Amino acid sequence: MPRSALTGTRIRERRSLEGLKQADLARTVGISPAYLNLIEHNRRRIGGKLLVDLARELKVEVSALTEGAQAPLIDGLKNAVAESGAVQYPIETDRIEEFAGRFSGWAGLVVQQREQITTLERRVEALSDRLAHDPFLSDALHEVISTVTAIRSTAGILNNGGDIDPEWQVRFHRNMYEDSQRLAMGSQALVRYLDTVGKVDEAPNAPLDEVERWLASTAYALPDLDVETDDHGAVDTNLEEAFAVASQSDLLTSPAARSMAARWLTRARADAAMMPIETVEEVLTASGPDPAALAQRTGADLAAAMRRLATLPPCEGRADLGLVTCDGSGTLTFRKPLDGFAPPRFGAACPLWPLYQALLRPLAPVRRVIEQMGQPPRQFLAYAVCQPVSQAGFDAPEVVEATMLFVPMDAATAALPNGQSLTAAQVSGDVVEVGTNCRVCARAGCPARREPSLLAMEHSPS
Amino acid sequence: MSKRVLLIEDEPNIIEAIRFILSRDGWIVETHSDGATAVAAVGKKRPDIVILDVMLPGKSGFDILRELRCDADHANLPILMLTARGQKKDRDMAQAAGVSAFMTKPFSNSDMLDAVNALVSEQQTTPTVADAPSDE
Repeated sequence: MPRSALTGTRIRERRSLEGLKQADLARTVGISPAYLNLIEHNRRRIGGKLLVDLARELKVEVSALTEGAQAPLIDGLKNAVAESGAVQYPIETDRIEEFAGRFSGWAGLVVQQREQITTLERRVEALSDRLAHDPFLSDALHEVISTVTAIRSTAGILNNGGDIDPEWQVRFHRNMYEDSQRLAMGSQALVRYLDTVGKVDEAPNAPLDEVERWLASTAYALPDLDVETDDHGAVDTNLEEAFAVASQSDLLTSPAARSMAARWLTRARADAAMMPIETVEEVLTASGPDPAALAQRTGADLAAAMRRLATLPPCEGRADLGLVTCDGSGTLTFRKPLDGFAPPRFGAACPLWPLYQALLRPLAPVRRVIEQMGQPPRQFLAYAVCQPVSQAGFDAPEVVEATMLFVPMDAATAALPNGQSLTAAQVSGDVVEVGTNCRVCARAGCPARREPSLLAMEHSPS
Repeated sequence: MSKRVLLIEDEPNIIEAIRFILSRDGWIVETHSDGATAVAAVGKKRPDIVILDVMLPGKSGFDILRELRCDADHANLPILMLTARGQKKDRDMAQAAGVSAFMTKPFSNSDMLDAVNALVSEQQTTPTVADAPSDE
């Protein structure tokens, strides 16, 4: 049953375009005007025959009502709105979809420019941060300004006039000559320095972004993982060697990103050693993408099983699964997005995610059906668990990591053998309606909302 | 009688230039280059005005300024501060610490002369602690 916050809006827009009254349209499809009003304000789910009837009366395909423009474009526009500061003209946030649909090229340009602006802003921030805190730069600038001050003052004396004792004149000329040499050297050093910074450590992207781009380039799988076992089935989990591998990629430019990638690689290898691809395939055939089944079969822990499932090499008939991890502060430390579920790139995520529910209760696995707002809304079966990162001593700080695997609902069902449907236990409880980030989430009456939405998607009934 | 200025600055060529400009204008210019002993130097030389650089070896100009203002003897001493950074943050900090005027490097010679002379004439029109009645 499709339920889009926007299907109603589209019906309303389409009806206005057709010049139909709400009451007339309601009568032709056999519902009350009040009910149509609720639908148009996205307050009632709509699907099935009623949707087909409405589409026929409105002379459009059903898909024109249920599917808007491409989700990434809409998401990008929403982010652009959320990140825009004070704007000169009010933004028609209630018509994002219409804009993206009718002017997809312009909308694409807006999204692209927003990304460019974000990149530039981060670069400016990095540079001004450097200006404010870099001791070398601060010293070098001080040196240059001191020398310039001396030169300016001395030159002013010589230029200004008349009766300067010849001895003083000689002295000031010599001072100026010395200072000009100091200035030349100081400014050269500064230029050399500025030339080298910005190339090594200051790629405009955060290290995690680099790591994600690197993983995305291989579809988040590491193709050589399954061939590296030796005769005893052991895998090379040497961190230095992993670092060397990571260093070879053009996509990993900063040392921080390489080091993060090396850690990821090392852990992925350990996971692969614990869960060889043949075993994973058997589990997939028998139970679908269920991390618990994989963990029980191989003895790996749940988080490892989730990571393994989300980073299998793509192959025919294998569903793509999403993964996020966070540390004890809730900061996302890994993001593998799926179409319809893109974890936020900046800022905090939705506190209703099972990921955070798991964080509240370490070691207690969580399984929920979640629904992401979108066009149309997507449902996912999410598995999450929070585990200690390492076996620390009794006095060490407790360091945990939460991991969440999310499986598109159709994949969760389709992967089951013999047309079995999900068991009652798997879909127990209500569907949890989640978002990505409060600012771009229009969900009304959310108990976990921490700041108002910037999207005026909610209309009051007319 | 000539007015006396104490220049607390560590850059020799800046000292030389400022000394020349102010001397030609009729000032007696004394200099001090070490931040750590600057407060003591002010106490000993008792200048009519102090020109104080921010970046000094031994102690920062801001600290020297604060220490001078804590001493009742120097509470009304005109202090012109020189800094290489014209950032608002620095200005605010100097103002909070009780600076009389503020000048950003590099400055022009006439700016320097104007600032120093303005400070000293202000000083003459407002009563200082020393001039004020002692029973106040």
